[in-house]
Amino acid sequence: MRNQDRVKAFLTLLPSIVLIAIFVYGFIGNTFWLSMTDWGGVGALAENPVKNIIGFGNYVELFTGFLGGGFRQDLVNAVFYSVMLLAGAIGIGLILAMLLDNKPKGEAFFRTVFLYPMSLSFIVTGTIWRWMLAPQGGVNILPTYAGFEPLQYSWLSSSTTVLTFDWQNLLQVAIYLVAAVLIIWGFLTIRSSQRRALWLLVPGVVAGAGAWIWGDLLPKTLFMEEMHGFNTATIGIIMATIWQYSGYTMALYLAGFTGISQDLRDAAMLDGATTAGYYRHIALPLVKPITISAVIILSHISLKMFDLIFAMTGPDNAETGHPALNMYLTTFRANDFAKGAAIAIILFLIAATFIIPYMVSSYKQRRTR
Amino acid sequence: MMRKISLSTIALYGVLILLAIGYLLPAYLAVVTALKFPADISLPTSWELPPEVNYASFPEALALLKNNIINSVILVISATALSTLLGSLNGYVFSKWKFPGSEVVFTLFLFGMFIPYQVILIPLFQTLRAMNLYGGLPGLILAHVVYGLPITTLIFRNFYAQIPNSLMESASLDGAGFFSIYTKIILPLSIPGFVVTSLWQFTQVWNEFLWGITLTRHADNPITVGLAQLAGGQAVSWNLPMAGSILAALPVLLIYIVLGRYFIRGLLAGSVKE
Repeated sequence: MRNQDRVKAFLTLLPSIVLIAIFVYGFIGNTFWLSMTDWGGVGALAENPVKNIIGFGNYVELFTGFLGGGFRQDLVNAVFYSVMLLAGAIGIGLILAMLLDNKPKGEAFFRTVFLYPMSLSFIVTGTIWRWMLAPQGGVNILPTYAGFEPLQYSWLSSSTTVLTFDWQNLLQVAIYLVAAVLIIWGFLTIRSSQRRALWLLVPGVVAGAGAWIWGDLLPKTLFMEEMHGFNTATIGIIMATIWQYSGYTMALYLAGFTGISQDLRDAAMLDGATTAGYYRHIALPLVKPITISAVIILSHISLKMFDLIFAMTGPDNAETGHPALNMYLTTFRANDFAKGAAIAIILFLIAATFIIPYMVSSYKQRRTR
Repeated sequence: MMRKISLSTIALYGVLILLAIGYLLPAYLAVVTALKFPADISLPTSWELPPEVNYASFPEALALLKNNIINSVILVISATALSTLLGSLNGYVFSKWKFPGSEVVFTLFLFGMFIPYQVILIPLFQTLRAMNLYGGLPGLILAHVVYGLPITTLIFRNFYAQIPNSLMESASLDGAGFFSIYTKIILPLSIPGFVVTSLWQFTQVWNEFLWGITLTRHADNPITVGLAQLAGGQAVSWNLPMAGSILAALPVLLIYIVLGRYFIRGLLAGSVKE
């Protein structure tokens, strides 16, 4: 092909490259710089607001400062939101896909019903679910139609917290988490490579035991005790999100299952595999890339979950807070732009820890093809 | 072929029907509440059918949200058209005119799809303000076009990868260049790609909220912001927010029911499955 055409091709792409470079990478850099300043307060919205560089002060304040308590609870909430959304949406989506994989009559109808919540906006979902979860109504009175007592659960305003831990001991908790990840990962690889499993299990056990025995010697993040945990008020929001996204994972898995040839399934059945055995040993390992994509996409969604919480509990409910909502309120309601930028960067860093490896691996896959 | 009715078949259908009812409950509740008179709405009877049907909530909600719906229609049409067209051109270059480093550039593009948008929100707000685009629809359209580029490029790149290169080579031998290959060969073959991409973009733009609330002034708020304000008002009884929710959901819901196949293909494409 002629060189002239190559130039044209590149020039066609150029505007998009420039836009992405500025609007994605430039802006991330800019937000990072803003998070190191003291931009905020009375003159924040002026034409040329005063911004002084103060280093990592905003981050220190968020993690250890007196006023950062709300943010710390939001961060803990976000972890529980993510974990439970992942478990719920992937688990239920998988079950739905396996049911529909039997090709029941009316499959198209069921598929449509399970997937329709995905087409709604979070604002619509939030508005409807707020009414579903109203006290003395909605979900709470459903059991009465089957002859049971109504539920007394205050879905969105309960202030009960379970699985609490002291934020003072954040370092200790963080080491426990790392140890748990290493140990679980180790057990998962034990069958394929015992050598690698050992490299994961031993440091995991040592770190966990070390943190347990010498935990008192670790530096404290705060001066005083501060308890955080899983707010039961967030269960309603998690239910709504799972309702919205389980159909999506169902569609992903269904596409994967349909891609498995019928011959393979017939052969497995002839060899005496049960349905459960077929899924466990053949279908699920084959759709593992789908599980990974689903984990990435759902984590990304749970990290930016803002609209649903905004619509369900409004901006003023501390129990169901989320850093994404906190960022909006800090920036555009309290005009504390620098601290809002710091929250945004923390969200971004959490997202980047699993998105960058995913991007690198999909890039390598494309290269080798 | 006769199917044997066994216990497991009954169990399968039983579970499926129960689950389907569960998934439809929120929609049912929204519809019955929207059809009640405000006086008939009370928590203990929220699941019951309206004693007397009241259709007035829909025109009332429509009147309240009219401005927002017009804004969203303008926004959705222009943002979808622009980002789809750009995505198609980009996908064409990334799949048929690879250059050294194009895979790296493409991966850098894709990353833009997965960032939490909070991380670009403040500079975006400032930039639009500096460009005099803050507050109105053009700024919002620009944001949707730019941040829609990763996904539209991805869908078209995967779509064009299925078009055989030999087709391009023979056209090239006939003297066709970069643009004439695009307009004469690629574009006519891309109709399904355009359908999938525009459905995806339509859904995303119509349902978006964060930019709508931070980047536009009241007069230019899209439908999601209008609905949030309608539902957030204290004095409003529940029939209006429910009718508003149904109105806000209807366009995408209709697309999903009528063009479900393409909608699902868009969903799957959005998961970076190649």
